[in-house]
Amino acid sequence: MSRKQIVILGGGTGGTMTANRLRRRFGPDEAEIHVVDRDDRHVYQPGLLFVPFGLTSLDEIVRPRRRQLHDGVIFHEAEVAWVELDREEVVLLDGDVIPYDVLVVASGVRLQPEETEGLDGPGWNDRVFTFYTPEGADALRGALERFDGGRLVVNLVDMPIKCPVAPLEFVFLADWTLRERGIRARTELVYATPLDGAFTKPVASQHLAGLLAEKEIELVTEFNAGEVDGVGGKLGSYDGRELDFDLLVTVPLHGGSAYLERTPGMADSLGFVPTDKKTLQTTVKSNVFALGDATDLPTSKAGSVTHFEAEILSENIGRYFAGRELERGFDGHANCFIETGFHKALLIDFNYETEPLPGHFPSAFGLPLLRESRLNHLGKLAFQWVYWHALLPGRELPGIGPAMPARGKKTLPVPS
Amino acid sequence: MTTTLSTDTVDVDGEGFLTNPEQWNEQIAETIAAENGIAELTDRHWLVVRFMRERFLGTGTAPSIRSLGKESGVPIKELYQLFPEGPAKLAAKIGGIPKPKGCI
Repeated sequence: MSRKQIVILGGGTGGTMTANRLRRRFGPDEAEIHVVDRDDRHVYQPGLLFVPFGLTSLDEIVRPRRRQLHDGVIFHEAEVAWVELDREEVVLLDGDVIPYDVLVVASGVRLQPEETEGLDGPGWNDRVFTFYTPEGADALRGALERFDGGRLVVNLVDMPIKCPVAPLEFVFLADWTLRERGIRARTELVYATPLDGAFTKPVASQHLAGLLAEKEIELVTEFNAGEVDGVGGKLGSYDGRELDFDLLVTVPLHGGSAYLERTPGMADSLGFVPTDKKTLQTTVKSNVFALGDATDLPTSKAGSVTHFEAEILSENIGRYFAGRELERGFDGHANCFIETGFHKALLIDFNYETEPLPGHFPSAFGLPLLRESRLNHLGKLAFQWVYWHALLPGRELPGIGPAMPARGKKTLPVPS
Repeated sequence: MTTTLSTDTVDVDGEGFLTNPEQWNEQIAETIAAENGIAELTDRHWLVVRFMRERFLGTGTAPSIRSLGKESGVPIKELYQLFPEGPAKLAAKIGGIPKPKGCI
């Protein structure tokens, strides 16, 4: 084929894996590969959860983006202004233009605390925190160190959010560390969610609600946060309920990157890119593909999902250039460790069709699913090494393919 | 299971959401609204209900409260005044479409 130009917007989990996989797939005379990101800080995002508890630090989870990219991938540190879909060009804020044959949207999400009244007003980073940014996680570490009891409220404003289990993990870890410090008895822990249970999927939701109750964490459901008073310590819902807090840990609303909103027809009203759920080709244009948190796919916004997508996506870009039919191979597969404190974790594994079920992963002999175990906690810790050294370089993980394994899972009647 | 609403027999789930949107009509909407504490459906109610229904029939999924606020032109605060017990759920119920699934 003639030499193609592939431009990847975003140098995070999805963009880096895709660039490295494509670099291996195509020789230097077959394709030129560009990655654009506004900064050179690649954050190992699962690590953010541990920062507030002093279990890891920012210098352990942040590395340069360009160092994660294979030789022969061209990195641009620049902000995207918009995309000219008809001219097949990416316009950068500094005025430069990068033409493409295939565009890959991998720009993740943007946190939007400003969309909730009062959230980033007075009290922000004083009594109101998020651990979803490196700076926020670090500021929260200081606040937790100073915390001496009272009401700690954890709230996710609305779905979709990255790593939907992370706020639950946060409250489990808070319970554990406050017990270790001997101040749990004078702390009320509250988990407020817009969902009608602890989680979206019924079997996992029941297990997790059980864990919350066991750990004496109050669960407040169908709470749609509309207003925050960060000085008075009040979180209000649209239906008129109010939760008092001494410390509020929030997961703000998520939307797509601003350049997507500046490109007519490229994103839905929340800023996510309409994408075919099996091929990862967008419905915007046939030569625009997307993966990871930036898409509108009905699956978790999580690194594991992005990893499974990257494999299908690079195959489909190959097929697109060859004029072959795209593989309808992505099944929505997600796989998440859930830290529950006390050196234990749960593991859940699911896809578009199958909710998280008990059993073992990836087969009858493996990590226990939906059950607290030390092995899962060790798995979660070991995963950081796997991330930098196997996932980002685009190596295959033995025994773990993109399709969700059914073997090892117990099917259960779904509770109503 | 089935239930009788005004004069029609319709298929519903355990929480009273129609499972077959084609069985819906405006009298059914008014009956469901009344059963759920909305004595009269105003033009603003209808705007939201029709928006939810058309979106579901067009795309196979109903919008979340947040998208509903952005796309219907009715701000979230007003949505809660119109449907105090939860706008997305109640508008879906009145509009004769299945209960919106929280995505994950």
